[in-house]
Amino acid sequence: MANTIAENYLHQSTNKYKGILSWLLTTDHKKIGLLYFVSILFFFLVGAIIGLLMRLELIAPGRTIMGPQTYNTLFTLHGVIMIFLFIVPGLPAIFGNFFLPIQIGARDVAFPRLNLLSWYVYMVGAILALVSLFLPGGPIDTGWTFYIPYSIRTNTNVSLAIFAAFVLGFSSILTGINFITTVHRLRAPGMTFFKMPLFVWATYATAWIQIIATPVIGITILLVIIERAFGVGIFDPALGGDPILYQHLFWIYSHPAVYIMILPAMGVVSEIIPTFSRRTIFGYKAIAMSSLAIAFIGYLVWAHHMFTSGMSDTARWVFSLLTFIVALPSGVKIFNWVATMYKGSIDPQPPFLWVMSFIFLFSIGGLTGLVLGSLATDIHVHDTYFVVAHFHYVMFGGTGTIFFGALHYWFPKMFGKMYNIKLSKIAVALFFIGFNMLYFPKFILGYMGMPRRYYDYLPQFEPLQKVSTVGSWILVGTIFFIVGYFIHALIKGKKATSNPWGGVTLEWHIPSPPIQENFEVIPTITHKPYDFSQLKEMKNE
Amino acid sequence: MNNSHEVTLENHVHRDDVGARMGMWLFLFTEVLLFGGMFLVYAVYRFQNQEQFKLAALELNTGIGTLNTIILLTSSLTVALSIAAIQNKNKFLSIVFLNSTLLLALMFMVNKYFEWSTKFAHGIYPGSKELLEKPNGQILFYGLYYVMTGLHGLHVLIGMIILYIIKRQIKKDIITPDKYVKLENSGLYWHLVDLIWIFLFPLFYLIQ
Amino acid sequence: MEHTKKHPGYTTYILVWLALLVFTSITVTIAGIDLGKYTLLIAMFIAAIKSALVINIFMHIKFEEKIFKVFIFLSGMTLLIIFILTFSDFLFR
Repeated sequence: MANTIAENYLHQSTNKYKGILSWLLTTDHKKIGLLYFVSILFFFLVGAIIGLLMRLELIAPGRTIMGPQTYNTLFTLHGVIMIFLFIVPGLPAIFGNFFLPIQIGARDVAFPRLNLLSWYVYMVGAILALVSLFLPGGPIDTGWTFYIPYSIRTNTNVSLAIFAAFVLGFSSILTGINFITTVHRLRAPGMTFFKMPLFVWATYATAWIQIIATPVIGITILLVIIERAFGVGIFDPALGGDPILYQHLFWIYSHPAVYIMILPAMGVVSEIIPTFSRRTIFGYKAIAMSSLAIAFIGYLVWAHHMFTSGMSDTARWVFSLLTFIVALPSGVKIFNWVATMYKGSIDPQPPFLWVMSFIFLFSIGGLTGLVLGSLATDIHVHDTYFVVAHFHYVMFGGTGTIFFGALHYWFPKMFGKMYNIKLSKIAVALFFIGFNMLYFPKFILGYMGMPRRYYDYLPQFEPLQKVSTVGSWILVGTIFFIVGYFIHALIKGKKATSNPWGGVTLEWHIPSPPIQENFEVIPTITHKPYDFSQLKEMKNE
Repeated sequence: MNNSHEVTLENHVHRDDVGARMGMWLFLFTEVLLFGGMFLVYAVYRFQNQEQFKLAALELNTGIGTLNTIILLTSSLTVALSIAAIQNKNKFLSIVFLNSTLLLALMFMVNKYFEWSTKFAHGIYPGSKELLEKPNGQILFYGLYYVMTGLHGLHVLIGMIILYIIKRQIKKDIITPDKYVKLENSGLYWHLVDLIWIFLFPLFYLIQ
Repeated sequence: MEHTKKHPGYTTYILVWLALLVFTSITVTIAGIDLGKYTLLIAMFIAAIKSALVINIFMHIKFEEKIFKVFIFLSGMTLLIIFILTFSDFLFR
């Protein structure tokens, strides 16, 4: 594969422009993935700094650096930014965009222009969210769940902020439409459904949730805006409305959204483990099907967020039961990953270490989820730090960890540069320590009765709160350290080979970075996705 | 890579009508779920306020509702006929049918306007004093009535704009008998607007 | 890339339209009769028949690839399940 530099997609334009416009008007799925990457990373860092400030406020009881209203605003912003701007679009829009077409042997997604539009819609949503902070009325202070009736009564800029979430949902839908159509219509010859890499399966399942669930939050948000503007009464108890119905509608989207966040991460794990174990994945079909099963069952468990809201007892046990069922396909995945490593020839490179960290943190997050899913224990720890710890272990320990795992795995392919392996191994360790220091004390605090979202706390919680704050310094410090060595790698990194890890899925068959339309010739697929007997042939190429 | 097959020019200038329609259908599902959420709200409140919903619905004009149903069904027909016309390579007829759709859509909106303004004249609109004096079930009924038919009306307007653009493109031969998937997709959108009305109509106008 | 199956002509569409009008008049007529709790059921049943006609003929699903039907079925089922599960709360309050 000669003159790769000339054909490198980073230096080519899909339109007549050069320079910045060749990026802003590109229809290349890889460049759009990078546009998303830069914007999402930016908002992630903003969200992380907000989290850091909140932890700093909580280092001691009483007022430390900010007032209670600022604190309310900050935890709302932290939630909105991390969920709608980072973790929901994160893996699908960056790595899905970049690698889904490559992994199925396509030159681009099915609707390249729609793909670009989705990035613009994302940016519009993000800008609306930012604008809402500075308009008179003040930034939103409802918490990211926008619960009625407070979200109707507060005078802060709720309408604009949630409209931003509506717009962001639209972007998510466009991405989902693109991925499903791409998977159905653009697979290379011989790429049957059961030869697709598991990351594609996971992203495909995710895309379905994006399409089927997101509109429900859309209508919910519209109703809140209409309610604020016209006082129609749909959620207002004084006029016969039911606030619990709002909670139903909100969670009908927002619980499946949790699976929008975690499924692609599970897909990445299913890519990384076989590559670094030099062994085909154990139970390929089971993992593929469990993605669909999680997407489907995950759709049916939303009301476990509402066990103390005043639902009927019937609904409570039904949703508790369904919640336990969703643990089954997740367990299938974990056991298959571990079984893949058994008797493999393990090469503990950074991506693999991130995955190890993921399995540990995600298992804690998942198992504490069962505590919350059972009715009796949930009533004790509902709306405490226990919940906060649980979803940070799942979301940040799960998806956040894999965001970095995927970055370490695919960075050489995306940019054609290699980062410093030694530094990145240190980073995994620091991340792991900081993470557990920050969030594990919250399990204990929550169990002891510390409610979430509180500005102040009782003196006996102080030691653990301090540990947690120190953990946040390590964690955020590590994140900036990681960003630092990646920037260094971009500028001064060594050139990456086309297959630094010895992977066998399609992206490792093409040069790093890939050429404009990914493949000189569309390949015909004969191997199963994780058939490592290909490695020898690949070396001869 | 073991085997590879020749790339034809076709792969580069990619065109996939089935894919385009698939994308449109996926988008329609999001619309169905959007209205689905609304129908869920309706179902819950109707279940909780059955008698009040019936009383409130007495005020609605079944005649206008039925007329609008017929208008929308007919406009759906003309869109379908417009596609059939372009398949038969009859550009003129295709435009005629699209024009009739636009006209019918306009009639629908005019009817809607008169219907709403009569309600407003009677003092029935969200937050009005007369409405707030009624029992909660009736307030909810009218709240839902305005939100759901309003949202549907918004879709009719968007559909009209889309169909107008499509009509221009047929005129300018951007959409041709060999390449008319845009017309098909706009048609799909229009039929969806009709589908939603098929459910809205009995739920609001026919519950006495 | 062309349509694999033949599309219906003008006559089919007009027949379907007539059928839709007939169903509309049936549903309006029935609404005038007091059938108690069956009123809603019948109205929804007729609306479902009407939508089936629109989806299959006007929207060409009858002539589309099979996967489209699977998609529609799954989305419809999901919506139905949402309704059932939500009512597991409101029915038993």
